[in-house]
Amino acid sequence: MSDKKKKKLTPTQQEYQAFAKEREPQRPVLANCLKAFLVGGAICLLGQGIQDFFIWNFDFTEKTAGNPTIAVLIFLSVVLTSLGVYDHLAQWAGAGSAVPVTGFANSMASAAIEHRTEGFVLGVGGKMFKLAGSVIVFGVFAAFIVALIKTF
Amino acid sequence: MLQGHQSWVFPNKPTILSSATVVGPFEGEGPLANDYDFIHSDLWLGQDSYEKAEEKMMEEACERAIHKAGLQKEDIQFFLSGDLLNQIISSSFAARTLAVPYLGLFGACSTSMESLALASLLVDSKYAKYALCGTSSHNAAVEKQFRYPNEYGAQKPPTAQWTVTGAGAAVVSPQGDGPKVTSATIGKVIDMGISDPFNMGAAMAPAAVDTITAHLRDLDISPWEYDLIATGDLAM
Amino acid sequence: MCNRQILLDVAKLTPAHVMSILVVSGAVLSGLGLYEPLIDFAGAGATVPITSFGNSLTKGALSEAERTGLVGIITGIFEVTSAGISAAIIFGFIAALLFKPKG
Repeated sequence: MSDKKKKKLTPTQQEYQAFAKEREPQRPVLANCLKAFLVGGAICLLGQGIQDFFIWNFDFTEKTAGNPTIAVLIFLSVVLTSLGVYDHLAQWAGAGSAVPVTGFANSMASAAIEHRTEGFVLGVGGKMFKLAGSVIVFGVFAAFIVALIKTF
Repeated sequence: MLQGHQSWVFPNKPTILSSATVVGPFEGEGPLANDYDFIHSDLWLGQDSYEKAEEKMMEEACERAIHKAGLQKEDIQFFLSGDLLNQIISSSFAARTLAVPYLGLFGACSTSMESLALASLLVDSKYAKYALCGTSSHNAAVEKQFRYPNEYGAQKPPTAQWTVTGAGAAVVSPQGDGPKVTSATIGKVIDMGISDPFNMGAAMAPAAVDTITAHLRDLDISPWEYDLIATGDLAM
Repeated sequence: MCNRQILLDVAKLTPAHVMSILVVSGAVLSGLGLYEPLIDFAGAGATVPITSFGNSLTKGALSEAERTGLVGIITGIFEVTSAGISAAIIFGFIAALLFKPKG
Protein backbone atom coordinates (compact mmCIF):
# COMPACT_ATOMS: atom_id res chain seq x y z
CA MET A 1 0.00 0.00 0.00
CA SER A 2 1.22 3.46 -0.78
CA ASP A 3 2.28 5.72 2.06
CA LYS A 4 -0.28 8.31 1.03
CA LYS A 5 -3.08 5.80 1.49
CA LYS A 6 -1.66 4.68 4.79
CA LYS A 7 -1.61 8.19 6.21
CA LYS A 8 -5.37 8.43 5.93
CA LEU A 9 -5.89 5.40 8.16
CA THR A 10 -6.28 5.72 11.90
CA PRO A 11 -3.84 3.84 14.14
CA THR A 12 -6.58 1.29 14.95
CA GLN A 13 -7.17 0.68 11.25
CA GLN A 14 -3.46 0.23 10.63
CA GLU A 15 -3.20 -2.16 13.55
CA TYR A 16 -6.14 -4.21 12.31
CA GLN A 17 -4.79 -4.34 8.78
CA ALA A 18 -1.49 -5.67 10.03
CA PHE A 19 -3.40 -8.19 12.17
CA ALA A 20 -5.55 -9.27 9.21
CA LYS A 21 -2.56 -9.50 6.90
CA GLU A 22 -0.85 -11.93 9.24
CA ARG A 23 -3.81 -14.29 9.13
CA GLU A 24 -4.57 -13.95 5.45
CA PRO A 25 -3.64 -16.96 3.32
CA GLN A 26 -0.65 -15.82 1.29
CA ARG A 27 -0.92 -15.49 -2.44
CA PRO A 28 1.41 -18.14 -3.88
CA VAL A 29 3.40 -15.56 -5.84
CA LEU A 30 6.20 -17.86 -6.98
CA ALA A 31 3.89 -20.67 -8.11
CA ASN A 32 1.62 -18.13 -9.78
CA CYS A 33 4.59 -16.66 -11.64
CA LEU A 34 5.65 -20.08 -12.83
CA LYS A 35 2.14 -20.92 -14.03
CA ALA A 36 1.82 -17.52 -15.72
CA PHE A 37 5.16 -18.09 -17.43
CA LEU A 38 4.17 -21.56 -18.63
CA VAL A 39 0.73 -20.65 -19.94
CA GLY A 40 1.80 -17.29 -21.38
CA GLY A 41 4.72 -19.00 -23.04
CA ALA A 42 2.49 -21.76 -24.37
CA ILE A 43 0.08 -19.23 -25.88
CA CYS A 44 2.97 -17.37 -27.54
CA LEU A 45 4.37 -20.70 -28.76
CA LEU A 46 0.98 -21.51 -30.26
CA GLY A 47 1.02 -18.07 -31.88
CA GLN A 48 4.48 -18.76 -33.29
CA GLY A 49 3.24 -22.09 -34.64
CA ILE A 50 0.24 -20.47 -36.33
CA GLN A 51 2.48 -17.74 -37.76
CA ASP A 52 4.94 -20.29 -39.18
CA PHE A 53 2.00 -22.24 -40.59
CA PHE A 54 0.82 -19.15 -42.44
CA ILE A 55 4.32 -18.37 -43.71
CA TRP A 56 5.00 -21.89 -44.97
CA ASN A 57 1.63 -22.74 -46.45
CA PHE A 58 0.45 -19.40 -47.75
CA ASP A 59 1.94 -16.36 -49.34
CA PHE A 60 2.81 -14.55 -46.10
CA THR A 61 6.01 -12.96 -44.90
CA GLU A 62 7.07 -12.62 -41.29
CA LYS A 63 5.65 -9.08 -41.33
CA THR A 64 2.27 -9.86 -42.88
CA ALA A 65 1.65 -13.14 -41.06
CA GLY A 66 1.12 -11.24 -37.79
CA ASN A 67 -2.45 -10.14 -38.49
CA PRO A 68 -3.96 -13.52 -39.43
CA THR A 69 -2.12 -15.08 -36.48
CA ILE A 70 -3.68 -12.59 -34.09
CA ALA A 71 -7.10 -13.18 -35.65
CA VAL A 72 -6.82 -16.95 -35.18
CA LEU A 73 -5.72 -16.55 -31.54
CA ILE A 74 -8.62 -14.18 -30.93
CA PHE A 75 -11.02 -16.64 -32.50
CA LEU A 76 -9.74 -19.46 -30.27
CA SER A 77 -10.00 -17.24 -27.20
CA VAL A 78 -13.58 -16.25 -28.01
CA VAL A 79 -14.55 -19.91 -28.49
CA LEU A 80 -13.03 -20.87 -25.14
CA THR A 81 -14.75 -17.89 -23.49
CA SER A 82 -18.10 -18.87 -24.97
CA LEU A 83 -17.75 -22.42 -23.71
CA GLY A 84 -17.00 -21.13 -20.21
CA VAL A 85 -13.47 -22.53 -20.22
CA TYR A 86 -11.30 -19.41 -20.40
CA ASP A 87 -12.15 -18.11 -16.91
CA HIS A 88 -11.19 -21.46 -15.39
CA LEU A 89 -7.94 -21.48 -17.35
CA ALA A 90 -7.29 -17.93 -16.09
CA GLN A 91 -7.86 -18.91 -12.47
CA TRP A 92 -4.92 -21.27 -12.90
CA ALA A 93 -2.79 -19.17 -15.22
CA GLY A 94 -3.34 -15.62 -13.93
CA ALA A 95 -1.41 -13.11 -15.99
CA GLY A 96 -0.34 -15.94 -18.31
CA SER A 97 -3.73 -15.97 -19.99
CA ALA A 98 -4.57 -12.30 -19.39
CA VAL A 99 -1.58 -10.59 -21.00
CA PRO A 100 -1.55 -12.24 -24.46
CA VAL A 101 -3.96 -10.92 -27.06
CA THR A 102 -6.25 -13.82 -26.11
CA GLY A 103 -6.87 -12.04 -22.80
CA PHE A 104 -7.88 -8.89 -24.66
CA ALA A 105 -10.33 -10.93 -26.73
CA ASN A 106 -11.59 -12.65 -23.57
CA SER A 107 -12.28 -9.30 -21.91
CA MET A 108 -14.40 -8.21 -24.87
CA ALA A 109 -16.21 -11.49 -25.50
CA SER A 110 -16.96 -12.06 -21.81
CA ALA A 111 -18.44 -8.57 -21.45
CA ALA A 112 -20.47 -9.01 -24.63
CA ILE A 113 -21.88 -12.37 -23.54
CA GLU A 114 -22.47 -11.18 -19.98
CA HIS A 115 -24.59 -8.21 -20.94
CA ARG A 116 -26.72 -9.80 -23.64
CA THR A 117 -29.49 -10.14 -21.06
CA GLU A 118 -29.69 -6.34 -21.13
CA GLY A 119 -30.35 -6.31 -24.85
CA PHE A 120 -28.15 -6.19 -27.93
CA VAL A 121 -27.84 -2.44 -28.27
CA LEU A 122 -27.38 -1.21 -24.70
CA GLY A 123 -26.07 -4.54 -23.38
CA VAL A 124 -23.80 -6.19 -25.94
CA GLY A 125 -23.01 -3.10 -27.98
CA GLY A 126 -22.67 -0.68 -25.11
CA LYS A 127 -20.83 -2.85 -22.62
CA MET A 128 -18.49 -4.83 -24.86
CA PHE A 129 -15.64 -2.41 -24.21
CA LYS A 130 -16.15 -2.02 -20.49
CA LEU A 131 -12.86 -3.80 -19.72
CA ALA A 132 -11.05 -3.50 -23.04
CA GLY A 133 -11.89 0.19 -23.31
CA SER A 134 -9.18 1.31 -20.90
CA VAL A 135 -6.54 -0.64 -22.83
CA ILE A 136 -7.57 1.05 -26.07
CA VAL A 137 -7.89 4.53 -24.55
CA PHE A 138 -4.52 4.48 -22.80
CA GLY A 139 -2.83 2.70 -25.69
CA VAL A 140 -4.09 5.17 -28.26
CA PHE A 141 -3.32 8.20 -26.12
CA ALA A 142 0.19 6.96 -25.31
CA ALA A 143 0.82 6.18 -28.98
CA PHE A 144 -0.42 9.64 -29.93
CA ILE A 145 1.97 11.35 -27.52
CA VAL A 146 4.90 9.16 -28.53
CA ALA A 147 4.24 9.72 -32.23
CA LEU A 148 3.84 13.44 -31.66
CA ILE A 149 7.22 13.63 -29.90
CA LYS A 150 8.94 11.56 -32.57
CA THR A 151 7.43 13.44 -35.49
CA PHE A 152 8.79 16.77 -34.26
CA MET B 1 -37.70 -2.77 24.90
CA LEU B 2 -34.41 -0.99 24.62
CA GLN B 3 -31.69 -2.43 26.80
CA GLY B 4 -28.27 -0.94 27.09
CA HIS B 5 -27.05 1.15 24.22
CA GLN B 6 -28.16 -0.71 21.07
CA SER B 7 -30.10 -3.85 21.97
CA TRP B 8 -33.75 -4.80 21.95
CA VAL B 9 -35.13 -7.37 24.36
CA PHE B 10 -38.41 -8.89 23.24
CA PRO B 11 -40.60 -9.63 26.31
CA ASN B 12 -43.15 -11.64 24.27
CA LYS B 13 -40.45 -13.78 22.65
CA PRO B 14 -41.63 -13.97 19.02
CA THR B 15 -41.36 -17.37 17.36
CA ILE B 16 -39.72 -18.26 14.07
CA LEU B 17 -42.64 -20.35 12.91
CA SER B 18 -41.01 -21.65 9.77
CA SER B 19 -38.09 -21.03 7.46
CA ALA B 20 -37.17 -22.06 3.94
CA THR B 21 -34.06 -21.95 1.80
CA VAL B 22 -33.71 -22.32 -1.96
CA VAL B 23 -30.19 -22.53 -3.43
CA GLY B 24 -28.26 -22.97 -6.66
CA PRO B 25 -26.29 -25.96 -7.95
CA PHE B 26 -22.91 -25.13 -6.40
CA GLU B 27 -24.40 -24.73 -2.91
CA GLY B 28 -26.23 -28.03 -3.45
CA GLU B 29 -22.87 -29.79 -3.67
CA GLY B 30 -21.80 -28.46 -0.28
CA PRO B 31 -22.00 -29.99 3.22
CA LEU B 32 -25.35 -28.32 3.97
CA ALA B 33 -27.12 -29.92 0.99
CA ASN B 34 -29.51 -31.90 3.19
CA ASP B 35 -30.68 -28.80 5.03
CA TYR B 36 -31.90 -26.87 2.00
CA ASP B 37 -35.54 -27.01 1.04
CA PHE B 38 -34.81 -26.95 -2.65
CA ILE B 39 -31.67 -27.16 -4.78
CA HIS B 40 -31.86 -25.83 -8.31
CA SER B 41 -29.65 -27.59 -10.85
CA ASP B 42 -29.93 -24.69 -13.29
CA LEU B 43 -28.18 -21.42 -12.41
CA TRP B 44 -30.71 -19.60 -14.61
CA LEU B 45 -33.83 -21.25 -13.08
CA GLY B 46 -35.22 -21.18 -16.60
CA GLN B 47 -35.29 -17.38 -16.53
CA ASP B 48 -33.68 -15.17 -19.14
CA SER B 49 -31.39 -13.27 -16.77
CA TYR B 50 -29.53 -13.98 -13.54
CA GLU B 51 -31.39 -11.13 -11.85
CA LYS B 52 -34.73 -12.74 -12.68
CA ALA B 53 -33.38 -16.08 -11.44
CA GLU B 54 -32.60 -14.47 -8.09
CA GLU B 55 -36.08 -12.97 -7.90
CA LYS B 56 -37.55 -16.40 -8.60
CA MET B 57 -35.51 -18.00 -5.80
CA MET B 58 -36.74 -15.32 -3.43
CA GLU B 59 -40.36 -15.98 -4.39
CA GLU B 60 -39.91 -19.71 -3.96
CA ALA B 61 -38.30 -19.33 -0.54
CA CYS B 62 -41.14 -17.08 0.60
CA GLU B 63 -43.84 -19.39 -0.71
CA ARG B 64 -42.22 -22.38 0.94
CA ALA B 65 -41.81 -20.59 4.27
CA ILE B 66 -45.46 -19.48 4.24
CA HIS B 67 -46.61 -22.97 3.28
CA LYS B 68 -44.51 -24.64 5.99
CA ALA B 69 -46.05 -22.31 8.57
CA GLY B 70 -49.46 -23.55 7.46
CA LEU B 71 -50.48 -20.08 6.34
CA GLN B 72 -51.69 -18.33 3.22
CA LYS B 73 -49.89 -15.27 1.95
CA GLU B 74 -52.99 -13.22 2.83
CA ASP B 75 -52.21 -13.99 6.49
CA ILE B 76 -48.89 -12.17 6.31
CA GLN B 77 -49.07 -8.50 7.25
CA PHE B 78 -45.58 -7.39 6.31
CA PHE B 79 -42.78 -8.67 4.13
CA LEU B 80 -39.31 -7.38 5.04
CA SER B 81 -36.46 -8.26 2.72
CA GLY B 82 -33.44 -7.13 0.78
CA ASP B 83 -30.65 -8.31 -1.49
CA LEU B 84 -27.37 -7.11 -2.95
CA LEU B 85 -28.46 -5.77 -6.33
CA ASN B 86 -29.12 -2.15 -7.24
CA GLN B 87 -32.39 -0.84 -5.84
CA ILE B 88 -32.85 -4.28 -4.22
CA ILE B 89 -34.64 -5.38 -7.39
CA SER B 90 -34.87 -9.09 -6.54
CA SER B 91 -36.69 -8.35 -3.30
CA SER B 92 -38.84 -5.63 -4.76
CA PHE B 93 -40.02 -7.73 -7.69
CA ALA B 94 -40.59 -10.72 -5.42
CA ALA B 95 -42.72 -8.40 -3.26
CA ARG B 96 -44.70 -7.49 -6.36
CA THR B 97 -45.45 -11.17 -6.95
CA LEU B 98 -46.26 -11.85 -3.30
CA ALA B 99 -48.49 -8.76 -3.11
CA VAL B 100 -47.85 -8.41 0.62
CA PRO B 101 -47.16 -4.97 2.19
CA TYR B 102 -43.43 -4.60 1.80
CA LEU B 103 -40.54 -2.97 3.62
CA GLY B 104 -37.40 -3.03 1.47
CA LEU B 105 -34.13 -3.31 3.39
CA PHE B 106 -30.50 -3.03 2.55
CA GLY B 107 -27.74 -4.10 4.90
CA ALA B 108 -25.65 -6.13 2.43
CA CYS B 109 -24.76 -9.38 4.20
CA SER B 110 -26.48 -8.25 7.40
CA THR B 111 -29.85 -7.99 5.64
CA SER B 112 -30.81 -11.51 6.76
CA MET B 113 -30.45 -10.68 10.44
CA GLU B 114 -31.66 -7.09 9.99
CA SER B 115 -34.91 -8.34 8.49
CA LEU B 116 -35.30 -10.95 11.23
CA ALA B 117 -34.70 -8.37 13.97
CA LEU B 118 -37.20 -5.91 12.49
CA ALA B 119 -39.80 -8.64 11.88
CA SER B 120 -39.41 -9.74 15.51
CA LEU B 121 -39.77 -6.13 16.63
CA LEU B 122 -43.01 -5.74 14.66
CA VAL B 123 -44.45 -8.97 16.00
CA ASP B 124 -43.32 -8.41 19.59
CA SER B 125 -44.83 -4.94 19.70
CA LYS B 126 -48.08 -6.32 18.22
CA TYR B 127 -47.78 -4.19 15.10
CA ALA B 128 -47.90 -7.41 13.11
CA LYS B 129 -49.30 -10.88 13.66
CA TYR B 130 -47.27 -12.63 11.02
CA ALA B 131 -44.20 -11.04 9.48
CA LEU B 132 -42.21 -12.61 6.67
CA CYS B 133 -38.52 -11.80 6.41
CA GLY B 134 -36.03 -12.84 3.75
CA THR B 135 -32.79 -12.25 1.88
CA SER B 136 -31.38 -13.43 -1.43
CA SER B 137 -28.25 -13.27 -3.52
CA HIS B 138 -27.12 -14.78 -6.80
CA ASN B 139 -23.45 -15.39 -7.45
CA ALA B 140 -23.49 -14.65 -11.16
CA ALA B 141 -25.66 -11.55 -10.73
CA VAL B 142 -23.33 -10.00 -8.14
CA GLU B 143 -20.18 -10.99 -10.03
CA LYS B 144 -21.63 -9.13 -12.99
CA GLN B 145 -22.60 -6.09 -10.94
CA PHE B 146 -19.64 -5.74 -8.58
CA ARG B 147 -16.70 -7.63 -10.05
CA TYR B 148 -16.08 -8.83 -13.60
CA PRO B 149 -18.14 -10.60 -16.25
CA ASN B 150 -18.56 -14.25 -15.30
CA GLU B 151 -16.54 -15.50 -18.25
CA TYR B 152 -13.74 -12.95 -17.79
CA GLY B 153 -10.43 -14.51 -16.91
CA ALA B 154 -9.48 -12.69 -13.72
CA GLN B 155 -7.52 -14.71 -11.20
CA LYS B 156 -9.04 -14.80 -7.74
CA PRO B 157 -6.67 -14.79 -4.76
CA PRO B 158 -7.05 -17.31 -1.90
CA THR B 159 -9.01 -14.78 0.19
CA ALA B 160 -11.74 -14.41 -2.45
CA GLN B 161 -15.23 -15.44 -1.40
CA TRP B 162 -18.01 -17.02 -3.38
CA THR B 163 -21.24 -15.04 -2.98
CA VAL B 164 -24.05 -17.50 -2.40
CA THR B 165 -26.67 -18.33 -4.99
CA GLY B 166 -29.69 -18.73 -2.79
CA ALA B 167 -32.62 -17.23 -0.96
CA GLY B 168 -33.90 -17.68 2.57
CA ALA B 169 -37.16 -16.66 4.21
CA ALA B 170 -38.74 -17.03 7.64
CA VAL B 171 -42.17 -16.41 9.14
CA VAL B 172 -42.19 -14.74 12.56
CA SER B 173 -45.31 -14.95 14.74
CA PRO B 174 -46.23 -14.15 18.36
CA GLN B 175 -46.58 -17.79 19.40
CA GLY B 176 -46.22 -21.34 18.11
CA ASP B 177 -43.55 -23.99 17.86
CA GLY B 178 -40.08 -22.98 16.86
CA PRO B 179 -37.05 -21.02 17.93
CA LYS B 180 -37.78 -17.87 19.97
CA VAL B 181 -36.21 -14.55 19.24
CA THR B 182 -35.41 -13.13 22.67
CA SER B 183 -33.26 -10.14 21.79
CA ALA B 184 -31.50 -8.35 18.97
CA THR B 185 -28.47 -6.07 18.88
CA ILE B 186 -28.09 -3.64 16.03
CA GLY B 187 -24.47 -3.25 14.97
CA LYS B 188 -22.51 -0.28 13.71
CA VAL B 189 -20.74 0.03 10.38
CA ILE B 190 -17.10 -0.61 11.18
CA ASP B 191 -14.62 0.30 8.47
CA MET B 192 -11.07 -0.85 9.02
CA GLY B 193 -10.03 0.46 5.64
CA ILE B 194 -9.80 -2.93 3.92
CA SER B 195 -10.23 -1.97 0.27
CA ASP B 196 -9.52 -5.29 -1.44
CA PRO B 197 -12.77 -6.50 -3.04
CA PHE B 198 -11.37 -10.05 -2.91
CA ASN B 199 -10.94 -9.96 0.87
CA MET B 200 -14.46 -9.42 2.17
CA GLY B 201 -13.92 -11.61 5.22
CA ALA B 202 -11.32 -9.27 6.69
CA ALA B 203 -13.53 -6.29 5.85
CA MET B 204 -16.59 -7.67 7.66
CA ALA B 205 -15.10 -9.44 10.66
CA PRO B 206 -14.55 -6.29 12.80
CA ALA B 207 -18.26 -5.38 12.61
CA ALA B 208 -19.23 -8.89 13.69
CA VAL B 209 -16.89 -8.71 16.68
CA ASP B 210 -18.15 -5.24 17.60
CA THR B 211 -21.80 -6.33 17.45
CA ILE B 212 -21.24 -9.49 19.48
CA THR B 213 -19.34 -7.59 22.21
CA ALA B 214 -22.03 -4.90 22.24
CA HIS B 215 -24.68 -7.60 22.62
CA LEU B 216 -22.92 -9.22 25.57
CA ARG B 217 -22.34 -5.83 27.18
CA ASP B 218 -25.92 -4.58 26.68
CA LEU B 219 -27.48 -7.78 27.98
CA ASP B 220 -24.87 -8.07 30.69
CA ILE B 221 -24.17 -11.72 30.05
CA SER B 222 -21.04 -13.75 29.48
CA PRO B 223 -20.39 -15.62 26.24
CA TRP B 224 -20.58 -18.91 28.18
CA GLU B 225 -24.32 -18.52 28.65
CA TYR B 226 -24.74 -19.32 24.97
CA ASP B 227 -24.30 -22.86 23.66
CA LEU B 228 -23.31 -21.49 20.30
CA ILE B 229 -22.44 -18.08 18.92
CA ALA B 230 -22.66 -18.08 15.15
CA THR B 231 -21.93 -15.37 12.63
CA GLY B 232 -21.73 -15.36 8.88
CA ASP B 233 -22.31 -13.54 5.64
CA LEU B 234 -23.81 -14.06 2.20
CA ALA B 235 -20.73 -15.88 1.00
CA MET B 236 -18.62 -18.95 1.46
CA MET C 1 4.49 -13.00 -17.74
CA CYS C 2 6.14 -13.19 -14.33
CA ASN C 3 6.50 -9.46 -13.88
CA ARG C 4 2.85 -9.07 -14.84
CA GLN C 5 1.83 -11.70 -12.30
CA ILE C 6 3.75 -9.73 -9.68
CA LEU C 7 1.83 -6.58 -10.61
CA LEU C 8 -1.38 -8.55 -9.98
CA ASP C 9 -0.31 -10.39 -6.83
CA VAL C 10 2.05 -8.09 -4.96
CA ALA C 11 0.98 -4.61 -6.06
CA LYS C 12 -2.67 -5.84 -6.02
CA LEU C 13 -3.55 -3.92 -9.16
CA THR C 14 -6.71 -4.87 -11.02
CA PRO C 15 -6.27 -6.66 -14.37
CA ALA C 16 -7.51 -3.51 -16.15
CA HIS C 17 -4.75 -1.45 -14.52
CA VAL C 18 -2.10 -4.02 -15.39
CA MET C 19 -3.23 -4.20 -19.02
CA SER C 20 -3.28 -0.40 -19.32
CA ILE C 21 0.22 -0.11 -17.88
CA LEU C 22 1.49 -2.78 -20.31
CA VAL C 23 -0.07 -1.13 -23.34
CA VAL C 24 1.43 2.23 -22.43
CA SER C 25 4.85 0.65 -21.87
CA GLY C 26 4.57 -1.05 -25.26
CA ALA C 27 3.85 2.29 -26.90
CA VAL C 28 6.76 3.96 -25.12
CA LEU C 29 9.21 1.13 -25.90
CA SER C 30 8.16 1.42 -29.51
CA GLY C 31 8.88 5.14 -29.47
CA LEU C 32 12.33 4.46 -28.06
CA GLY C 33 12.92 1.99 -30.87
CA LEU C 34 13.29 -0.93 -28.49
CA TYR C 35 10.27 -3.03 -29.41
CA GLU C 36 11.33 -4.08 -32.93
CA PRO C 37 14.55 -5.70 -31.68
CA LEU C 38 12.44 -7.53 -29.10
CA ILE C 39 10.20 -8.92 -31.85
CA ASP C 40 13.24 -9.96 -33.89
CA PHE C 41 14.48 -11.84 -30.85
CA ALA C 42 11.26 -13.33 -29.45
CA GLY C 43 8.92 -13.57 -32.48
CA ALA C 44 5.39 -14.34 -31.34
CA GLY C 45 6.67 -14.09 -27.77
CA ALA C 46 6.71 -10.35 -28.34
CA THR C 47 3.84 -9.96 -30.83
CA VAL C 48 1.18 -11.91 -28.92
CA PRO C 49 1.27 -10.14 -25.50
CA ILE C 50 -0.77 -6.96 -25.10
CA THR C 51 2.37 -4.79 -25.06
CA SER C 52 2.55 -5.47 -28.78
CA PHE C 53 -0.78 -3.67 -29.11
CA GLY C 54 0.84 -0.49 -27.78
CA ASN C 55 3.77 -1.02 -30.11
CA SER C 56 1.49 -1.43 -33.11
CA LEU C 57 -0.47 1.69 -32.25
CA THR C 58 2.70 3.78 -32.16
CA LYS C 59 4.13 2.11 -35.25
CA GLY C 60 0.98 2.77 -37.27
CA ALA C 61 0.87 6.39 -36.15
CA LEU C 62 4.56 6.96 -36.93
CA SER C 63 4.63 5.36 -40.37
CA GLU C 64 1.53 7.25 -41.45
CA ALA C 65 2.94 10.48 -39.99
CA GLU C 66 6.05 10.03 -42.10
CA ARG C 67 3.95 9.90 -45.23
CA THR C 68 1.26 12.48 -44.58
CA GLY C 69 2.54 14.59 -41.72
CA LEU C 70 0.71 15.50 -38.54
CA VAL C 71 -2.70 14.22 -39.65
CA GLY C 72 -1.09 10.84 -40.18
CA ILE C 73 -0.78 10.36 -36.46
CA ILE C 74 -4.56 10.37 -36.15
CA THR C 75 -5.29 8.34 -39.27
CA GLY C 76 -2.49 5.87 -38.69
CA ILE C 77 -3.02 4.89 -35.06
CA PHE C 78 -5.40 2.01 -35.79
CA GLU C 79 -3.76 1.05 -39.09
CA VAL C 80 -1.82 -1.93 -37.79
CA THR C 81 -4.09 -2.92 -34.91
CA SER C 82 -7.27 -2.94 -36.95
CA ALA C 83 -7.09 -6.73 -37.41
CA GLY C 84 -7.00 -7.42 -33.69
CA ILE C 85 -9.72 -4.99 -32.71
CA SER C 86 -12.03 -5.87 -35.60
CA ALA C 87 -11.59 -9.58 -35.01
CA ALA C 88 -12.32 -9.19 -31.30
CA ILE C 89 -15.44 -7.12 -32.00
CA ILE C 90 -16.78 -9.45 -34.67
CA PHE C 91 -16.07 -12.73 -32.90
CA GLY C 92 -17.20 -11.26 -29.59
CA PHE C 93 -20.50 -10.17 -31.08
CA ILE C 94 -21.11 -13.52 -32.71
CA ALA C 95 -20.36 -15.19 -29.37
CA ALA C 96 -22.94 -12.95 -27.68
CA LEU C 97 -25.49 -13.95 -30.33
CA LEU C 98 -24.90 -17.64 -29.70
CA PHE C 99 -23.97 -18.08 -26.04
CA LYS C 100 -25.11 -17.24 -22.53
CA PRO C 101 -22.65 -16.80 -19.65
CA LYS C 102 -21.99 -20.13 -17.93
CA GLY C 103 -21.54 -18.58 -14.49
